[in-house]
Amino acid sequence: MIKAIEASGISKSFGATKALDNISFSVNESEIFGFIGPDGAGKTTLFRIITSLLIPDSGTMKVLGMDPITEYKELRKNIGYMPGRFSLYQDLSVEENLNFYATVFGTTVEENYELISDIYSHIEPFKKRLTGKLSGGMKQKLALSCALIHKPKLLVLDEPTTGVDAVSRSEFWDMLGKLKKHNITIIVSTPYMDEAIRCNRVALIQDGNILSVDTPQNVRTGFSRKLFTVKSAEKYKLIKTLRKNPEVLTAYPFGDSMHVTLIDGSTPDSLSKGLVREGINDAVVHEAEAGIEDRFLELMEKPQ
Amino acid sequence: MNKKVIYVKNLVKKFDSFVANDNLSFEVSEGEIFGFLGANGAGKTTTIRILSGLSKPTSGEVKVAGFDAYTQAEQIKKNIGYMCQKFSLYEDLTVKENIVLYGGIYGMKKSLIKERLSDLLEKLHFQEYENRMISDLPLGLRQKLAFSVAVLHEPKIVFLDEPTGGVDPITRRQFWETIYETASRGITIFVTTHYMDEAEYCDRISIMNEGKIVALDTPEMLKKQYNVSSVEEVFIKIARP
Repeated sequence: MIKAIEASGISKSFGATKALDNISFSVNESEIFGFIGPDGAGKTTLFRIITSLLIPDSGTMKVLGMDPITEYKELRKNIGYMPGRFSLYQDLSVEENLNFYATVFGTTVEENYELISDIYSHIEPFKKRLTGKLSGGMKQKLALSCALIHKPKLLVLDEPTTGVDAVSRSEFWDMLGKLKKHNITIIVSTPYMDEAIRCNRVALIQDGNILSVDTPQNVRTGFSRKLFTVKSAEKYKLIKTLRKNPEVLTAYPFGDSMHVTLIDGSTPDSLSKGLVREGINDAVVHEAEAGIEDRFLELMEKPQ
Repeated sequence: MNKKVIYVKNLVKKFDSFVANDNLSFEVSEGEIFGFLGANGAGKTTTIRILSGLSKPTSGEVKVAGFDAYTQAEQIKKNIGYMCQKFSLYEDLTVKENIVLYGGIYGMKKSLIKERLSDLLEKLHFQEYENRMISDLPLGLRQKLAFSVAVLHEPKIVFLDEPTGGVDPITRRQFWETIYETASRGITIFVTTHYMDEAEYCDRISIMNEGKIVALDTPEMLKKQYNVSSVEEVFIKIARP
């Protein structure tokens, strides 16, 4: 299979801070590849290297078969980049921004309209409006339209859904899914684990290291222990009690319940009994399927 | 958990002819973790500004910590704390300077500030950071500190705006444990967020759409009512404009 990106041993430091620590991965053509990790994990640094805006300290990279250091001019023509910070011209209208980006890349809006029509049609009724006056969801759609207007082979989206409400986020992922038919490779970063499921493959990234690369399904099934949910009306007491319990290996709050793993030889039944002894009588213990976030927590606990 | 610290009845807030809050009624109890959700532009910020004494209702009854939103806004401000993800602490001041500054703003006595400072440093294992600039701290530590500063004066209610956005999953859970601990001391937690998995941690949530509260219940009951498995799906079902 042809690779859209191949990275090997990439490191980048800023002073004493190691932003990326010897990371390697590859992205297939036409896949949606997610980098999932908290702020400060190195996602933006990596995206800046991929887009030729930053030179790594060491390692090699090929993006669309090109070297981002020596072939950056050709490479940039083929990349659509949506940075984390909204960076369109706020004092231009919607239409002016789109025309501007088309012109910079030597094309016209008409030529590639088909590619953006699904997305742009939502904001086209407001095309005369100043970009600074758009809502968050509309700005995001315009930014995506501008990143796509030159028909790039690789679309790079740095935290496109941060600060956007749940409805707009869901619509945004639907739009990315539709771009697949145009054979565009998409790399996207997000701090939100629940978005992993929308990607073909994800890399979990933390402190400049990639912890795991796999399909969302395989990341979940990589969870190595049996997982239980424990629920009680007295949440805080439950947390404290679980932490003290020698049968409990890990215990993390997940919404209205706790996700718990047990030491070898322990059972949910003996856990329930232990909780009753500590005065928690309403605890309900169920076996559960691990999610991406459970696996992320497990990988974070393991010494690197 | 029966004492009401927020009491809102038929709240209306208009800006000229635009109705930002359209006849809201809800109550929040002492020590409750209450999630206040809604899409961008639904009217949440308007309500929070009223609840924190920064803006007056057009009509309706609003009491916060027992004080009236029309006539006792200053007392309301003294009894609440506020933390948002984007800005809470001064980055070019040290940990200690921030605490002393906020303690002063809240009108706390010097001796009390000193006491809380040392408690806080010990509780957060922050001793080594006392004289470090906020800008030098990792995001997770900043958020923990920002929360502690927001409750430095033991307010009745603390407002949290997207408190755990962007932090790693372990730090995030430590943060929620701190929130549970704080709520168990009787401080009411009022959370707004776009991230529905944060909403799952709340005792009750309300969902606002176009100035109205369209749902209000425990996350569990709402999921049951809409026959879905997450608050996110509830939200998308009822808040899709």
